[in-house]
Amino acid sequence: MLKVLIKKEILQFRRNSFLPKLVVVFPIMIMLVLPWVTTMDVRHVNVSVVDSDHSQISNRIIDKINASEYLTLHSVTSTFDLSMSELDKGNVDVILEIPQDYEKTMLTGHPKRLSISANSVNSNKGSIGAQYLAQTISHTLAEQRSMTSPEKRGDFFTIQNRYNPTLEYRNFMIPALLIILMIIITGFLPALNLVSEKEAGTIEQINVTPVSRFSFTLAKLIVYWAAGLVVITIALLVAWIVYGLSAVGSLAVIYAGAFLFIITISGFGIIASNISSTMQQAIFFMFFFVMVFMLMSGLLTPIESMPEWAQYITYALPPRYFVSIMRSVFLKGATFYDMRYNFLALTIFTIVMNIGAAITYKKRS
Amino acid sequence: MTIEKAIEVNGLSKSFGTVKALDKVSFDVQRGETFGLIGPDGAGKTTLFKILVTLLDTDEGTATVDGLDIGRDYRAIRARVGYMPGRFSLYSDLTIEENMEFFANLFGVSVEQNYDLVAPIYSQIEPFKKRRAGRLSGGMKQKLALSCALIHKPSVLFLDEPTTGVDAVSRSEFWDMLHNLKKQGLSILVSTPYMDEASRCDRIALCNSGKILDIDTPSNMVKKFDGNLYGIKSKEMYSLLKALRGDKTIINSYTAGEFHHLLADNGFDAERLKQELTSSGHKDVEIKPIVPLIEDVFIKLLSNER
Repeated sequence: MLKVLIKKEILQFRRNSFLPKLVVVFPIMIMLVLPWVTTMDVRHVNVSVVDSDHSQISNRIIDKINASEYLTLHSVTSTFDLSMSELDKGNVDVILEIPQDYEKTMLTGHPKRLSISANSVNSNKGSIGAQYLAQTISHTLAEQRSMTSPEKRGDFFTIQNRYNPTLEYRNFMIPALLIILMIIITGFLPALNLVSEKEAGTIEQINVTPVSRFSFTLAKLIVYWAAGLVVITIALLVAWIVYGLSAVGSLAVIYAGAFLFIITISGFGIIASNISSTMQQAIFFMFFFVMVFMLMSGLLTPIESMPEWAQYITYALPPRYFVSIMRSVFLKGATFYDMRYNFLALTIFTIVMNIGAAITYKKRS
Repeated sequence: MTIEKAIEVNGLSKSFGTVKALDKVSFDVQRGETFGLIGPDGAGKTTLFKILVTLLDTDEGTATVDGLDIGRDYRAIRARVGYMPGRFSLYSDLTIEENMEFFANLFGVSVEQNYDLVAPIYSQIEPFKKRRAGRLSGGMKQKLALSCALIHKPSVLFLDEPTTGVDAVSRSEFWDMLHNLKKQGLSILVSTPYMDEASRCDRIALCNSGKILDIDTPSNMVKKFDGNLYGIKSKEMYSLLKALRGDKTIINSYTAGEFHHLLADNGFDAERLKQELTSSGHKDVEIKPIVPLIEDVFIKLLSNER
C-alpha cells in the first residue's frame, strides 16, 4: 500500500515542472548568494575628520584612518558643520572632531577630549564604526606615547576568537542557512502539498478508500524527507567547495540531527495543513511560525542576548536545538555525546509534533 | 444470508450551524436498484452522499450501506463503495492510465483484474490514456471518474450529480452506461438536479431543503398526480403569466418552456379564461390539458409543503 502511495508521490513530484528544480537550485542559490550578503562585518565606514588642530598628532591620526581596511577617510574639514552636513546627506557614517591645541594640551598631561559622532540610523554600522575608530585612535596614541616616553609600552591585551578565528560572519551564517533551507523544503512543501489535495478535492477521493491516513501522510513525508536530505547534501557540498568550510565535527552527527529536525518540522507542517483548509491559511500559519523560528532560535542573533522571558520561549522552539547542534558540530567539532541534551530535546519534539500531526488529521469531519 | 437492502437510511439529520442540511431523512435502496435523489441545489443531496460514504458524521439517525453500519463499520464500507463526487477530484497531474492504476492499486487490485466491468466506459477514453486528467474535456473527465469509482468492483455506487455541467448527448450516454452497470447487478444511488433524468431511475426521491417530499417510481409519481394541469401560451408570455396569477381559479402557474403550466381548481373553465385573456388584449391564446412531468409533481409537492 505504502509503495503504491510513494510511487504516486514521486510521479507527481517529478511531473511538477517546478519542484525538482527547486530542490536543486534553491540550496545552491541560497548558499552561493546569502553568505556574502548576510554579513554583520562592518567595512567601509566613512569617516570625516574635523581637524582644528593641524598638528603632527592630528595628521598621524588621519593617516591611520586612511590606512585602515575598515575605515575610509571621506574628508578632512575645518568646521564641524561642514562634516555634519555630509553626515546628513548620508555620505559619512562617523565624524571625528580633533579640537584646537589638542597636541599642546596632550603634552601638559591634561589633553582636551576628542569627540566621535556616529550616524546610528543603521545602529550596527554606527556603533561598530565608532568603536573601530576609537580603537584606531587609541592605537595611534599608544604608539605616540611609546615613541615619546622612554619605556616601551605594548598593547594592553590581545583578543583571540576561538573556533571562528577570522571572525567571519559567513561561518556563523552557513549552518543557519542550512536550517532555513530545511524549514522551507521539509516544512513548507509537504504542508502545501497536503493542502493542495484538499483544495483540489482529491483528498475526498482518497478518504473513501481503505488507505489509512497514516500511510497516506507518511508516503508524502518520505518523499520530502528524501528531498530534505538531498538539499542538505547539496548545501554542504557548496559550503565546502565555494567557501572551503567543512564540518569540524562528524558528518554523521550532523545528518542525525538534520534527520530528526526534518521529521519534526515536517510534522509541524502537517499540523499546519490539517488545521487549514486553504493554501492561504496554511501559508499564513507557516509564515508566522517560520518568522518566530528564524528570529528566536538563535539563527541570526544569539539567544543569550535576548531578554530572559524570551529565552524561556526559545526552549519551546525545535530549531533552537538544531541550531545549537549545527553550530557546535560544524564550528567546534562537538560530538554526539556533547550534544546529547539537544538530541534528546529534538527527539521529544519529533514525537510530540508527529503525534500532533496524527491527531489533527481527520478523514471524516 | 443475503442482505436485501443496498442502502438503508433511518432518520438522518445533519446541521451546519443554524442551517439544517438534512432533516430526518429516511429511505432505502434495494439491491440492484438505481435510486435517484432529485432536487434543486441546496436540497442536501451532497451532504447525504458524504454521510453515506463515511466522509461526514451525522448528528442523528442511522444508516447502513451494504448491510454495514456507517458509524461502526466505516472501514469495511470504504472498501465496498465506489464514490464519484460532484466535483472532479482525480489527480489532474497524472494521466488517465496512472489515475486508473493508482486507484485500482489502492484497493489492492489491478486494472486488468476488473477490466471487464469498466471496459464499456474505459474503452472510450483509453485511446487517450497518456493524457493528463487535467487536460480532458468534461465528458471524458466524467468517464474517467466513473471508471476510477468502478475499478475495484464496488457493490454500491454513489454518484453525486454526475451529469452536472455535461452536454445533453453525453448526459444521455452516461445514463446508458449506468443502465448497463445496473444489469451487472450494481446498486446505484445517483443524484441530479435535472428533473428530466428522473425517468432513467427505478425509483426516485424528490427532496428539497433537507427533506424528502416523496419516494416512488417515476411513473407512479406522475400517476399519483391529482389536479388539473394545463399548458397555456400566447404571444406575450410574460404578461400572460402575470394575468394567470391574478385568476382565482388557478392554484399555481409557472414557466415550463414553450407553454406555461397551470394547476387549476375544480371551478376552472378553460374557455372562459381564453375569452377573458383575448378580450384583455392577449393574442393567439392556446390552452390544452397536459400530462404532468416529474417537474410538475415536484412543484406541486413543494407548494403543498408551504
